[in-house]
Amino acid sequence: MRYWFAFIFCCMLISCESSAQSVNDINSDGLEAITRNLNDTTYVVNFWATWCSPCVKEIGYFEELHRQFNTSNVKVILVNLDFPNQVDRRVRPFLKEKKITADVLLVTDLDYNAWIDRIDPSWSGAIPATLIYNREKRVFLEKELTHEELFNYVSQIKL
Amino acid sequence: MKKAILSSALAFLVIMLLNAGLKPGDNAYAFSLKNVDGKSISLSDYSDQKGVIVVFTCNPCPYANAYEQRIIALHKNYADKGFPVVAIDPNDDKISPEDTFAKMKEKAEKKGYPFPYLKDVTQEVYKSYGATNTPHVYLLQNDGGTFKVAYVGAIDNNAMDESSVTTKYVENAIQAILSGSNPSPASTKAIGCGIKSAT
Repeated sequence: MRYWFAFIFCCMLISCESSAQSVNDINSDGLEAITRNLNDTTYVVNFWATWCSPCVKEIGYFEELHRQFNTSNVKVILVNLDFPNQVDRRVRPFLKEKKITADVLLVTDLDYNAWIDRIDPSWSGAIPATLIYNREKRVFLEKELTHEELFNYVSQIKL
Repeated sequence: MKKAILSSALAFLVIMLLNAGLKPGDNAYAFSLKNVDGKSISLSDYSDQKGVIVVFTCNPCPYANAYEQRIIALHKNYADKGFPVVAIDPNDDKISPEDTFAKMKEKAEKKGYPFPYLKDVTQEVYKSYGATNTPHVYLLQNDGGTFKVAYVGAIDNNAMDESSVTTKYVENAIQAILSGSNPSPASTKAIGCGIKSAT
């Protein structure tokens, strides 16, 4: 019986550990859906990759935003554009190192031209790019953001 | 006074047009840049060709690397049909130290690039074309001595996995030109790493 509890405890530990680092797949329809949630929550959707140095530079600001607003109506989603075959080798170790707890989604639809305009027609496809929106306001930023810029945009947009 | 306003409005318009970058149908911007072999290469050197596949690419970007063999294959398959590749590295090498002229030379030698690999030192060329990413293709067509943009964008529709490609945009565009029709699509979005600009 004691072993059984120990076993369950271990399983819980493992699942906590893995949920902190979970990277879920998302296809083009899913991507469109996470940019069209028109409710009171303000969504901050950041497109990034481990090979993109300005993305790496700003990712800590998004994690900070996530931790600060976790209980209020701001939701941070980090959409990863590394190649899917790099997830175990590069993305997971990176998330662990940077202690990222915000949601991370991996784009599985590599035919970018099939979905990029559905995120924002003005997007050239370059990253970093960040979409901040709710049911009333929407801003798409194809550039690297400073800590101040990111927090200012969010406080201006959030309801 | 009126004249001043008019000319500043005109200057503004010109800047707007320049910023917009080249689109299919536009005249190509003539360049003259230093190749990894030390010689200068100009667009006008290709006036006897049917066109040129201008590829803005670079050393470190994973997308550029994923496409490297496909860019070499494009040159091998289409140079003798009148469409050679000219590769241009637009990145500022202070921001991206992997893109110095010495490192470009190393890369071109190691991978046996069969095409020129030019450095856009002043970054004027990529800005005039309106390239944003690496790799970013401008397929030029020689229209009676004037190079015109025939297709802009990505090489194909799967950067990571060549075997999963279902549409080869650049090859289709060349085939269209060779058969006397207009490429369709004439533009796609180039997917890859943002170009590292000094300004």
